[in-house]
Amino acid sequence: MQAILALEDGRIFRGHGHGHPGECRGEVVFNTSLTGYQEIATDPSYAGQIVVLTNPQIGNYGTNRADNEAARPYIEGLIVREFSQISSNWRSEQVTDEYMERYSVPVLAEIDTRALVRHLRDRGVMRGVISTEASDPDALVQKARGIRKMEGTDLARVVSTKAAYNFDASDPRSQMGESLLTEGFVPQESTLRKILHVVAYDFGIKQNILRMLAREDCRVTVVPAETTAEEVLALKPDGVFLSNGPGDPEPVDYAVRAIRGMMGRVPVFGICLGHQLCGLALGGRTYKLKFGHHGGNHPVRNNATGKVEITAHNHNFAVDPDSINANEVELTHVDLNDQTLEGLRHKTLPLFSVQYHPEAAPGPHDSHYLFRDFRKMMEEWKG
Amino acid sequence: MPRRNDIQKILVIGSGPIIIGQSAEFDYSGTQACKALKQEGYEVVLVNSNPATIMTDPELADRTYIEPLSHEYLEEIIRIEAEMLASQPKPGKFALLPTVGGQTALNLAVDLADTGVLDRYNVELIGAKLEAIKKAEDRLLFKDAMIRIGLEVARSALVNNLRDGLDFSSKLGFPVLIRPSFTLGGTGGGIAYNREELMEILSRGLDLSPVHECLVEESVLGWKEFELEVMRDLADNVIIICSIENFDPMGVHTGDSITVAPAQTLTDREYQKMRDAAIACIREIGVETGGSNVQFAINPQDGRMVVIEMNPRVSRSSALASKATGFPIAKIAAKLAVGYTLDEIPNDITRKTPACFEPTIDYVVVKIPKWQFEKFPGADETLGPQMKSVGEVMAIGRTFKEALMKAWRSLETGKKTGAEILDPRRLTQMLVTPRPERLGYLRYAFERGMSVREVARLTKMDPWFLHQLREITLEQMTIAQTTPKAISPEAMRRLKRLGLSDERIATEWKLEGHDGIKQVRELREAQGIRPVFKLVDTCAAEFESMTPYLYSTYEEEDEAPPTKTPKIIILGSGPNRIGQGIEFDYCCCHAAFALKDDGYETIMVNCNPETVSTDYDTSDRLYFEPLVLEDVLAIYHHEAQSNAKIGMIVQFGGQTPLNLAQRLLAAGVPIIGTSPDSIDLAEDRKRFGKLLEDLEIPQPRGGTATSVEQALAVAEQIGYPVLVRPSYVLGGRAMVIAYDADAVTRYMRQAVEYSQERPVLVDHFLENAVEVDVDALCDSKDVIIAGIMQHIEEAGIHSGDSSCVLPAVSIRTETLATLRAYTRKLALALKVVGLVNLQFAIQRDDEGNDHVYVIEVNPRASRTVPYVSKATGIPLAKIAARLMTGRKLCELLPAEVASGNDLGTGEHYYVKSPVFPWSKFAGVDTVLGPEMKSTGEVMGVASSFGEAFAKAQLSAGQLLPTGGTVFFTVNDHDKQAAIPLVRRYVDLGFKIVATEGTANVLESAGLIVERVFKVEEGRPNAVDLIKEGRIQLVVNTPRGQDALFDEKAIRRAAVTARVPTITTLAAAQAAAEGIAAMQKHSVTVYALQALHMANGR
Repeated sequence: MQAILALEDGRIFRGHGHGHPGECRGEVVFNTSLTGYQEIATDPSYAGQIVVLTNPQIGNYGTNRADNEAARPYIEGLIVREFSQISSNWRSEQVTDEYMERYSVPVLAEIDTRALVRHLRDRGVMRGVISTEASDPDALVQKARGIRKMEGTDLARVVSTKAAYNFDASDPRSQMGESLLTEGFVPQESTLRKILHVVAYDFGIKQNILRMLAREDCRVTVVPAETTAEEVLALKPDGVFLSNGPGDPEPVDYAVRAIRGMMGRVPVFGICLGHQLCGLALGGRTYKLKFGHHGGNHPVRNNATGKVEITAHNHNFAVDPDSINANEVELTHVDLNDQTLEGLRHKTLPLFSVQYHPEAAPGPHDSHYLFRDFRKMMEEWKG
Repeated sequence: MPRRNDIQKILVIGSGPIIIGQSAEFDYSGTQACKALKQEGYEVVLVNSNPATIMTDPELADRTYIEPLSHEYLEEIIRIEAEMLASQPKPGKFALLPTVGGQTALNLAVDLADTGVLDRYNVELIGAKLEAIKKAEDRLLFKDAMIRIGLEVARSALVNNLRDGLDFSSKLGFPVLIRPSFTLGGTGGGIAYNREELMEILSRGLDLSPVHECLVEESVLGWKEFELEVMRDLADNVIIICSIENFDPMGVHTGDSITVAPAQTLTDREYQKMRDAAIACIREIGVETGGSNVQFAINPQDGRMVVIEMNPRVSRSSALASKATGFPIAKIAAKLAVGYTLDEIPNDITRKTPACFEPTIDYVVVKIPKWQFEKFPGADETLGPQMKSVGEVMAIGRTFKEALMKAWRSLETGKKTGAEILDPRRLTQMLVTPRPERLGYLRYAFERGMSVREVARLTKMDPWFLHQLREITLEQMTIAQTTPKAISPEAMRRLKRLGLSDERIATEWKLEGHDGIKQVRELREAQGIRPVFKLVDTCAAEFESMTPYLYSTYEEEDEAPPTKTPKIIILGSGPNRIGQGIEFDYCCCHAAFALKDDGYETIMVNCNPETVSTDYDTSDRLYFEPLVLEDVLAIYHHEAQSNAKIGMIVQFGGQTPLNLAQRLLAAGVPIIGTSPDSIDLAEDRKRFGKLLEDLEIPQPRGGTATSVEQALAVAEQIGYPVLVRPSYVLGGRAMVIAYDADAVTRYMRQAVEYSQERPVLVDHFLENAVEVDVDALCDSKDVIIAGIMQHIEEAGIHSGDSSCVLPAVSIRTETLATLRAYTRKLALALKVVGLVNLQFAIQRDDEGNDHVYVIEVNPRASRTVPYVSKATGIPLAKIAARLMTGRKLCELLPAEVASGNDLGTGEHYYVKSPVFPWSKFAGVDTVLGPEMKSTGEVMGVASSFGEAFAKAQLSAGQLLPTGGTVFFTVNDHDKQAAIPLVRRYVDLGFKIVATEGTANVLESAGLIVERVFKVEEGRPNAVDLIKEGRIQLVVNTPRGQDALFDEKAIRRAAVTARVPTITTLAAAQAAAEGIAAMQKHSVTVYALQALHMANGR
C-alpha cells in the first residue's frame, strides 16, 4: 500500500502504508526514544500530532494491554523507517500493525525518517497529512496548510474525561506486574502509611502517573479539565495533581483560574501541561519550542542537588523562565541541552511542577522521587 | 566538580600484546585516555609491552615505557616516577588509572595495591577503587552484592567434592555449568546435561583447579543475552551509553556472539528495569567514575532477568558501544577519573550539548566476530563460554538487515560469496551447535523452507532476528527469477536496501568473477541507485553534528557533501586477524596524522570497531564501511563529486586494500604511492623472477602451479623440502613446508579454496638459514634502510612468529652490506614510493660463505613498521605517507640521505617477540611453522641482547627460569648443534633431562643428563615430569614435517603447566643469553622518550 506524507511547506515523502488505510492530519513531531512506541502512541499528550520515531525498527516487540497509557492510541499517525510485521516478546498480545489498524492509526513506513527529522529540526515542527489514498501531493499540501495550528488550540478539554472517576489500582490493567517492579520502588512501610487522597486533573493524563500516585499510597479521584477550584476543594483532597496533556496551555485559562484558586490551600504538583499551567498561574508566559522535546534521553539538572537526571520529555511548549517572579518562585530544574526551564517550585506555598515526565513510561526512572516528594509535601501540609 | 588539581602525574597501564579476548580495543581506549589526560595538562606515564600500539607513540605520553607488564617492572617504574615527582619543587599527587588497559591492567593494579606498592609510593588508584574492583571480579562477592540490592543472579554453589556437586545439581536440574576456580581462561569448564557428564566434568574440573574447587551454576543457556554500557561520575550521575543485544543466545561468549545495538526486542518496561538494575549495580559495586559494562540474561518465556557479570572498566563492548553511538567512553572515563562530572564535559559530536545524556541512535549496528580455526587444525570449533575469535567487524545500516549484510561482507572470509560448503545432513546439528558457520546455515535453513519457529526452536535465537534473516533470504531467492535486463530500478533498490551486495546479486545471476560484480554495479549505477551517506551523531539528528562520522545506506537524503579541500582516502585493514593485526591500523593512523598536519583532509575507511583508526578523532572524515570494492568505490565516488584533488592510499592496511588496488585503479581511482603495477610485479611470480634475474639477485628455486600434477612436477624439479603457499595472502595463510610428494598432494587438495584465481607458489625451502626482515623507505630516487631485523628462529618459521632483534647481532658486516645493496636495488627497481619490506634468508655453505636469497618483497607497510619506528625513533609510516604525496626523503630525512646510513637504534637492543593463543585452543599443537599463528607481539629493550630477549619473553608470557631443570628433546638434525647449547645451560646452573636419543648424544659429549621415558615408552615420562613441576624449561625441536604425538603431548603439557617451551635451537640460544642476564637480577626500565633523545631524535 503506497502512502504519502505531505508537509505544509511542500515537502513530500513517499513510502508504504501500514496500519489503518486512509488519511490523517496533524502537527508532525519527532520522538527520539529507542523504546516505548506503544506508550508514545497511547499518550493523550500526542493528540493532534503525527509522530515520527527516530528508531528505525518499530513494532518488534508487539503490543500488550499493560503498556497502554490510555485506553486507545491518541497519535493521529505514525511514521517509521521499518515497521515489523511480526512481534517477538513474551509480553506481546498483538502484532503492532494489527493494533494500529484496530485503532485506525495510519502508519507510514519505508521513508527516510532521518531526512524528515532533519527537516523538522531545521525548519521547526509543521503540519502534515498522511494519506494512503490521495495521489495528488499538491492537494495534500493544501490540506496540511488548512489544519488548525497548535498555537492557541485547547486540546486538553477535548481529551479530558467527561466525568470524575476513581482510579482503581487493583484493576489488573493498572498493575505494573510484580516481575517488572523497578529499582527505587520498594513498597516499604506501605502498610503503615496512611492513604492520602489526591484529586488529579485530567488534561490527558497518562496511566502511569495514576499508577505512580497509587504506589505512593494515594487514593486518586480523576476529574475533568474544567473542574473548578471550589469543586476540587469540596472533595477535601490532601493534594491536587495537574496532569500532562496536549495543545497550547494559554487557552486553558479555566485551569489557570482553578490553580490560582487552590494555591496555598492545598498542595499542588503539576507535570508537563500541568507545569505550564502552574507557570501561567504564577504570572509567567509560555512559548512554543521550535521542534519541542520528545524523547527519553534529556539531561535535566536538579538545581537543588546539582545532580543530573536522564528524563523523558514530551512537550512543544515551555514556560519562559524570565517571565517568572524569582522572588516568589524557585526555578528547580533545567534542561542541559538547551537550557529550557524544566521545573519550578513556589518558595512559600506548597506547589511544584516539572515540565518533563517523572512517571516515564516510556523513559528512564531517574525522577520517580518527585512522586515521593509530592507525598511528603502532602504529609507536611497535613501536619 | 572540576578537574582535580591535586594530581600531577598519572600512570596509565596498557593491556599488553594482542591476545584472543584482549585486542586492539584497548589501544583505542588507552590512546583516548592518554590524549584526554595530556590535554588536561597532567603528566602522563604509560606502560605497555606492545609496540604496535598508537598509545605507545612517544607523543601520547610524557614518558612511555615499553616494558613487561609484570609486578617487578611496574614497581620499578613507579619507584622511578615517584622519585622524579618528589624531586620537583611542589609535587602534586601520583595517580594510577587501571581501567583502560583491560583485565591485564586491572589485575596488575590489584596486585600492586595488595602488595603495598601503591601505598609505599603514595599512588592513588583513580577510576575504580580496589574494593570495587574486587567486588566486581570475585564471583561470590559479586553475587552477594547483587542479592543485597534485590537483583537475581544465576543460582550457584562452590563445591569441593562430587557428592556436593551432585546434590546441588539435582536441586537446580540439568543442564548445569561447571567452572573450575582459578584456571586459565575458563580451562576445564563445561556444561553437563546429565549426572554422568556432571561426574566426568566435575572430577576433571576439581582435578584441574589448583584449589580443588568448582562453581556449579544454574544454566541460563538459550536465554536472551544483553549488555548495558554504564558511566558514572563522582557526583553520582549515571548514564547508559548503549544497549547491546546478542543475536546468539546465552551460552556463547559475548566476544564470540553476533551482537546488535540497540537492543531490538525489549519493551520499554523491560529495558528500563534493566537500566535500573545496571545503575543499581554500578552504585553497589562502587565504581566511582568511568565506564562499566553489565551483562544480563533474560528468560524469553517469562522475562526473568539475571545479572551475569560486570566489568568495572572499559572493555571490548565499550569500544563497540563507542563506535556504535559516537560517544567516546574511554575518553570521557579518563576525564571523569580526574574529577570532572558528566555535565561539565561537552559532547564532541554536537559540541553544544553536554556528555551527560544517553545517546540515541537512528540506525542499527551489527558486530560479527572473525574466527580463524583454519589456522589451528584440531581445535574445537564449537563456540562456548571461552572466547575464540581473533577479531571483529562492525557495520552500520538503517535497518538490522542492512547492517547484518554489510557486516557479513566485511568479514573477508576469502571465500566466494554463496560458495560456502553447506551440508544438508548437518543442518540440524549446525543450527543447534554454535559454530562460526552458523550464520550461513541459518540462511540455508530458510532457503530450504524451514520456518522461523522451527529454526528458533533449534537455535534459541529470537524469532525477530530470524524473521529478518528469512526475509533477506527469500528476497535474495527472487533475484534468480529475474535478469539483469529485466530488473526494474524499484526491484534493484529494494535488494540494495536489504543490504545485499553487488556480489551476491551477481552470484544469483550466475555472473562470474570480478566482471560479473562490475556488471551489476554498472547496471545499478545506470539505474541511478547509489548509496547516500548519513552521520553517526549520538542524538538521532535532534542536534546538528559537527563530526563527519559516516555510514552508507540506500536512502533518500545524503547529508555529508564533500568539502573542497584536497583529500587523501586511507583504506584500513579490516578485522583483526592473525597476520594482519593492529600494526596495520597503526600505519593507517599515522598516515592520517601526518597528512592532516600537511593540510590534507584525511578520510579513513575501515570496518573494525576495535581500532584507533575508527575513532572519529583520528581522521577528518571517517567512513565506517566494509573494505569491499563496491563500498570503497561508492565512497570514492561520493568524495570525488567535490572535484577537489584526491588520492587513495592502499599500502598501509595490509593485504586487504592491496587486494583491491588493481580493480580500484581500473575503476579510475587515483592510487598514490607505489603503483599497483609495482605491487603486482612484486607479487607476480614470473614477473618478479624476471626482475631478480635482471638485477642478479638470487632467490630460492621455485615455480607456480595450478594443479596437483604441476605442483608435484615443480617440487621434483627444484628438490624437497619445498615451501608451498598461495599468492596474495598475508600471515602465511595456508603455507606449509612439504618434505615429500604426499604432503604436496595433500596441500594442493586443500589449498584451492583459498587461492581463488591465483596460482600456488612452490619454492625450495632453505633449511638452517637465518632469516632477516628489512624495512626501508623509498621515494623512487633515494632509499633509506630503516631496520635490518635478524630473526631469532630460523627460516621456515613465519616471520610474524619469529622473535627478532634490532640491530642484527650475528650477521657479518659484508653480509649486511649485501642485504643493503639488494634492498636498494629492489626498492628502486620497483619504483617504491613509501615503505617496502623485504625478507631474506642467509644460508652459510660448508666453506663458511654466506649466501643471501630474497624470499619476498612487499612494497607496502609491514608488520614490523611500528616496532622499527619505536626502536629507531623515526615514525616510518608518517614519512612514507608524506612520500606518497610527493614529498622527498632528502627533505624529510636529509642527514640519513646524505650519510646513506641505516636509521640506527643507538646503544640499545630491541627484541620483538610473538604471543600465541595456545591456551585458547585445547589440543592444538604448539609447534611453529610457515603459517603464522601468533596473535600479537611485545618488545623488550635493554643494553644487551640477552636482557632484551628475556624482557620480551617475559612480556610474551614466557617466564624464563633462572634455575632448575631443562628438558631437551631435539631432532636428529639438531643433535650435534645442541651440545654447546646444553653446555651453556649447564654452566648457567641448570640440570638437564633428555629422552634417549638426545641423551645419548649429550652423554657422549661428556655431559651429565638425566634420562626420561618418551610418552609411549612408559612411565614416568616427560609429560609426567612436566605435570609434576620438575621441568622449568622445555627445548623441543620438532622432527621433520610431522609433529609426532609424543612431542605434541609434551608441548601441550608444557602450555598447561605454563612451562616455557622453545622449539628452535636459535631461540634456545637466545634464551640462554636472556637467562644469564636475568640471573644478575637487574630490573632496568627505559622511557622511550629518553632512548630516542639519546639516539639524537
